[in-house]
Amino acid sequence: MSIRTGRSARTGQYVALLGYLVFLAFPFLWLISTAFKPARELGSLHPTWIPEHPTLDNFRQAFDEQPLLQAAANSLIAALSAALIAVVIATPMAYVMARHRTRLSAAATGWVVVSQAFPFVLLIIPLFLILKNLHLINSLWGLIMVYVVWALPFALWMLVGYVRAVPPELEEAASVDGASRLRTLVSVTAPLLAPGIVATALFAFITAWNEFFFALVLLKTPEKQTLPVVLTHFLGAEGAAELGPLAAAAFLATLPSLVLFAVIQRRITGGMLAGAVKS
Amino acid sequence: MRAPVRTAAAAATALALLLTGCSGDGGGTDTNGKIELRFQSLAWQKESVDANKQLVKEWNATHPDIQVEYVQGSWDSVHDQLLTSFEGDEAPDVIHDASDDLADFAYGGYLAELRALLPDRLTADIPEQSWRTTTFGDGVYGVPFLQEPRVLIANTKILKASGVRIPTPANPWSWEEFRQVTKELTGKGEGKATYGVAWPLKEPVSVTLNLGLSSGGQLFHRGADGKVTIRLDEGDQVVPGTIRDQVNTDHSAARTALGMGGSDTLPGLFGGRYAMVPLGFSYRQQVVEQAPEGFDWTVLPAPAGSDGLAQGVSPQTLSVAESSPHKKAAVQFIDFLLRPPNMVRLAEGDWMLPTGTAALADPALHTTENGWATGAALAKGLRSAPAQSVRGYPEWKDKVATPALQEYYSGAIGRDELNRRLVDDGNRVLARYQR
Repeated sequence: MSIRTGRSARTGQYVALLGYLVFLAFPFLWLISTAFKPARELGSLHPTWIPEHPTLDNFRQAFDEQPLLQAAANSLIAALSAALIAVVIATPMAYVMARHRTRLSAAATGWVVVSQAFPFVLLIIPLFLILKNLHLINSLWGLIMVYVVWALPFALWMLVGYVRAVPPELEEAASVDGASRLRTLVSVTAPLLAPGIVATALFAFITAWNEFFFALVLLKTPEKQTLPVVLTHFLGAEGAAELGPLAAAAFLATLPSLVLFAVIQRRITGGMLAGAVKS
Repeated sequence: MRAPVRTAAAAATALALLLTGCSGDGGGTDTNGKIELRFQSLAWQKESVDANKQLVKEWNATHPDIQVEYVQGSWDSVHDQLLTSFEGDEAPDVIHDASDDLADFAYGGYLAELRALLPDRLTADIPEQSWRTTTFGDGVYGVPFLQEPRVLIANTKILKASGVRIPTPANPWSWEEFRQVTKELTGKGEGKATYGVAWPLKEPVSVTLNLGLSSGGQLFHRGADGKVTIRLDEGDQVVPGTIRDQVNTDHSAARTALGMGGSDTLPGLFGGRYAMVPLGFSYRQQVVEQAPEGFDWTVLPAPAGSDGLAQGVSPQTLSVAESSPHKKAAVQFIDFLLRPPNMVRLAEGDWMLPTGTAALADPALHTTENGWATGAALAKGLRSAPAQSVRGYPEWKDKVATPALQEYYSGAIGRDELNRRLVDDGNRVLARYQR
């Protein structure tokens, strides 16, 4: 079926797209603008997009008041480790679940769905007690374990879809050509799954990078805390905030995700489209 | 799907409890017998964090046998974080919080009862009305140490140009006079603002209840059987009635401000759109930091009613965890933190008032600069917030009172409907907590 669009319809589509992009970009642009404004401009009745007297004071104050670099390093370690471990565990599991439809894999699929229904509050106290007895409270490894467990169900869910998108006929053909099972997996399946694995890892990374509640509860000392926890230290009671330093720190906190997206955007797009068209 | 969730939760909890049973943490004492305490502070402004850390440093330098570790907490999530820590037996020894957050922890047995531990000096230094904010049942579960009245932060230029009488703590505006003044301040041209006042009522309940004390409002009435019921008397109607009239009848209060938080109204104050904004005393710090060059501002007392300048507050508190093995040492540290000169340092850091009478008398808190003197003069009128120890209050506030008051202030419902919802619906909520 062909789609015909008139000129006006196409213009409308572009306008809608532009509107959507502006809607998405507004908070981020406002964040950047706020981060570079001096305190007196933050209280202006007629705020401007471009700071009239741009300053780095908010960044200086943010770094001066809170251990942002340490917190960023902690977040990076936790998020990267969680993403890596999650995909290493989830990939073979997803392969089994996608290729071997047994009662066990059906039960596992059911469990993945159910586990998504657990609210944080239900999990946090048992989890806290378990980690305490493993001496993993106030430990990044404890937090990484939690993030891996937290990311696994959805990672698994994503990867199962990607595995199913790889035609089994390719593996069968490799087998007929004499490739061993391992060789088939490494040389045929893995390259085709790569975009999906990258997209899943990115998902796990972003989830861990932004996570606040587990980090708040599990990490006690300032030198262990992650960025989302440290950012709340710019907030006072009843919504009061050190707006400038908060915006500066929040802007810095978004950079790793943006850089990561920019670097692997093509792979993600490829991963998302894999299997979308039936040949 | 619910059964598997329940089963999973039960299994996880059972496993957790099993593991807990196997543990045997001594905790709190190192191998040399030195006591180690953890103090979780919610200080967040730089001056306040610096003051707290400096005091911890001074304590540690003079008490080698009792060392305190400063732990940074966050107002944003303190309740959930503490609850988890309590359940996990990992709570800090000394806990900073607000008195209105303590009731559940106190009734839940998580906080130590302090009366027998507190030194006489501290007990006598803090007035009885402040102690009431941390008294639950027969016990005292926290030391109230910082508090802030609600004041009017005003644009001096507009006030002076309008010629209205400037109120003082000794001679404040009545609520009726306040209404008239906001009408006079409203308009266009020299000496006028677009609106006389902006009420930031994103969270309308505590403002309404706390200021309501000035006109005898009480709302919550405890019977002889100890049960609390809600009743609206004439005194309870003064504050909400005044605000509603300002917004809907006089148009002297900005309708758009009703959905705002306190900080959101500051640009309008600086820009001359509002002549006055009722805010917490500590907001002065934001005014000092953000006001444009040459902005002339002043701090005025909130209007007074039949009970004068009374208003409710929920002070910041210091408590001791029931699970702490070193309660006595923890209270010693609290006593040190709250010695009058130290309490002054903490108050200045947070731009608030100390509860201690000796600290409050410090000349540093009575300067006219930045309105300190006006705030200090209001201290004797501060009372325990009306709903402080009412069980079920959070649910009543969120499900009943917040939407009802928001609709009332915007003019969507009238007084009868407001009363019906606050009282009838409210009493049904409280009854569930008092069976």
